Amino acid sequence: MTADHGVDAGLTRFDTTGPAPEGLAAATPRWAERFPLWALASAATVTIAAVLGALALLAGSSLPDRNGPAIEQVAVERTVLRPGLIVLTVRNSGPDPVQIAQVSVNDVFVDVDGGRAQIGRLGTATLALDYPWQTGQPYLVSMLTSTGAVLDHVIPVAVTTPASSRQVLGLMALLGIYVGVIPVLLGMLVLPVLRRAGPTVVQVLLALTVGLLAFLALDGGIAALQLGGRSGGAFGGPALVVLGAGLAFLALTLVDRILRGSRQRAKARGAQGLQLSLMVSVGIGLHNLGEGLAIGSAYAVGELALGAFLVVGFALHNTTEGIAIVAPLTDGRASRLQLAGLGLLAGGPAVVGTMVGAVVINAELSALLIGVGVGAITQVIVQIAPALRARSGQLLHPASIGGISAGVLIMYFTGLLVTV
Amino acid sequence: MKALPSRRRFLGGVLLGTASAAVGAAALLDAPVATAADHQPGAGAGTRPMHGGGHNGATFRAGGTVDHAANGFNPSDLLRDFDYGRVTTTPQGRTLREWEVVATDRDVEVAPGVRFPAWTFNSRIPGPTLRCTQGDLLRVRFVNGSAHPHTMHFHGIHTAEMDGVPMVGRGVISPGESFTYTFDAEPFGLHLYHCHVGPLAEHIARGMYGTFIIDPPKPRPAADELVMVMHGYNTTFDGQGNQLYAVNGIPFHYVHEPVRVRRGELVRIYLVNITEYDPINSFHLHGNFFDYYPTGTRLEPAEFTDTVVQAQGQRGICEIRFPHPGRFMFHAHKSEFADLGWMGFFEVTD
Repeated sequence: MTADHGVDAGLTRFDTTGPAPEGLAAATPRWAERFPLWALASAATVTIAAVLGALALLAGSSLPDRNGPAIEQVAVERTVLRPGLIVLTVRNSGPDPVQIAQVSVNDVFVDVDGGRAQIGRLGTATLALDYPWQTGQPYLVSMLTSTGAVLDHVIPVAVTTPASSRQVLGLMALLGIYVGVIPVLLGMLVLPVLRRAGPTVVQVLLALTVGLLAFLALDGGIAALQLGGRSGGAFGGPALVVLGAGLAFLALTLVDRILRGSRQRAKARGAQGLQLSLMVSVGIGLHNLGEGLAIGSAYAVGELALGAFLVVGFALHNTTEGIAIVAPLTDGRASRLQLAGLGLLAGGPAVVGTMVGAVVINAELSALLIGVGVGAITQVIVQIAPALRARSGQLLHPASIGGISAGVLIMYFTGLLVTV
Repeated sequence: MKALPSRRRFLGGVLLGTASAAVGAAALLDAPVATAADHQPGAGAGTRPMHGGGHNGATFRAGGTVDHAANGFNPSDLLRDFDYGRVTTTPQGRTLREWEVVATDRDVEVAPGVRFPAWTFNSRIPGPTLRCTQGDLLRVRFVNGSAHPHTMHFHGIHTAEMDGVPMVGRGVISPGESFTYTFDAEPFGLHLYHCHVGPLAEHIARGMYGTFIIDPPKPRPAADELVMVMHGYNTTFDGQGNQLYAVNGIPFHYVHEPVRVRRGELVRIYLVNITEYDPINSFHLHGNFFDYYPTGTRLEPAEFTDTVVQAQGQRGICEIRFPHPGRFMFHAHKSEFADLGWMGFFEVTD
């Protein structure tokens, strides 16, 4: 016993007198301690600003300009097709100004309205091309710049862009309700069944939810990275997806901490039932926003086959999302109003997504929003994960492994039914 | 300039179906002045009657033309600009013709708003049309004022030393140097000259070419004579094709400023193809037929036609009498070239 005490005391002593604090103290020179913090901070800021300013002035004169010619790059952010007219919104995504002198479509020079002036870095211009395009054909738009460089933009299949009329918005809202709201609410109907089931069933269902969500995160992440990469955008493309996902994850974590702070520490389940359901709803809602955007923009570019197959496919796919929302509620209480609210929170964004997607076609924005959904879902997985632990403390045990695998497979196979 | 999907590869795969769009240019014939069509969506700005757009066919941005003064040459002037040289007689009684041709590097506005870093003979594209008569003694003093090595390689019959190619005779003429090519004018016909320094295609495509006419001893019948040099600009320098096609320097120029000729008068066109990167070019005249003299080395026409095809470096003489007044289109019947700038109009008046 005495020996043990001795070891403990020794460790404690060692911890408090370790080299780290001494090192920190040594890092601050004596003279600096005489000044208040604000003075030190201002001095540092002024010094950094002065040196940066001097660098900016000096670097220009001491270093040569770029060796090569101007780097001209534009990203086409929006393509609108009207009868006899192709309207492109381009953004200068390169380091140098770009001036689009002439434009040809499929090797035919065309009259161009707009975009005569030089486009500065990150600046935009709208070019209206007078060209009798035909429905269903591919087009290559070649922008000939003032230096003779050619910036190409491919329109894979020409289809008249739907005007943002009330009729189209109504159609998109209906589609969003079909594929988002109704399936989620349907899925939530299994709550009474879950309540009767034993704790093992509930645990399997939670594992299933984790599987579903993991698949959605992966699927959304891949889609968003592809979309961001294709856009050749000025704002980072794929980096935007990561940014969106990371910030969404952190933001939802913060929300969760604040919510938890007002209550008791969560029990073994990891979070209070309703609160966890709320987080799942928010995550799935953000995911459905991205999904809606994808559906809406596919409709706008004429790639979406509307019809029973699409609606039924998405309904099957999204019904499972409803199960995911109610899974944490099996031994908690929730009013019908609360349940409806949860369903709308998860499914409603699909309606917003389809409407926005059909009108504003911007690959980078879509990539960012899908990335936000990915981050949100990842955060929800982190929330649910503790609830999967068996009494032994293991996270991966037969029930959770079975549930997660089933969830991933269900999403994979129902996902095959829909292609957007 | 940028890694982009190749235009040609893309077109080859999927765009055959759109070729019909190219013939829209023909509609211009029916609408020589502003009509109701101008008010339809997609029918062009209508600010200039002779601008295409939409169904009226290919065009640059409406209202824009290149700055001919800044370029230093105007295709309308090049049409009938024949340079006979400084003419004297040798002690033996032969006609001696002397020219000075200077190579220069200069930016040319090859389409409204598009600068092309050209290499030129006498600061114009195409270079000067050198003209002589069979049997003349020719002295062409070539001064290389460009930053790049060049030569003048003439088509015709001459000694190996005067061929203007690297490694033979004087070979490459370095920047700042000069050389006088001396040779006899033979055979009569329509020829050309161009730089022959490697990489050959680029030296030519940068603008270093011109027409070289040797008249037969007994002159051809009097006519309104025109030079038309078919060529392109590979503004991206990728060697895969041209972004712009033209006759005499500026795409679509003769749409805005038609070639004016008289009804019934004999019109003689010296037609030369120096298009790089594309294997052939062609010339098609609307509403009329012409006698065609390939290479101009025979006095009898080989064909009576309205369309001829020329490979790179081929040339021939077209003789026409326009029986009807009005505007008649002429363009490459390789319609892609027409839509990319190689089209124009004759304006036939009494």
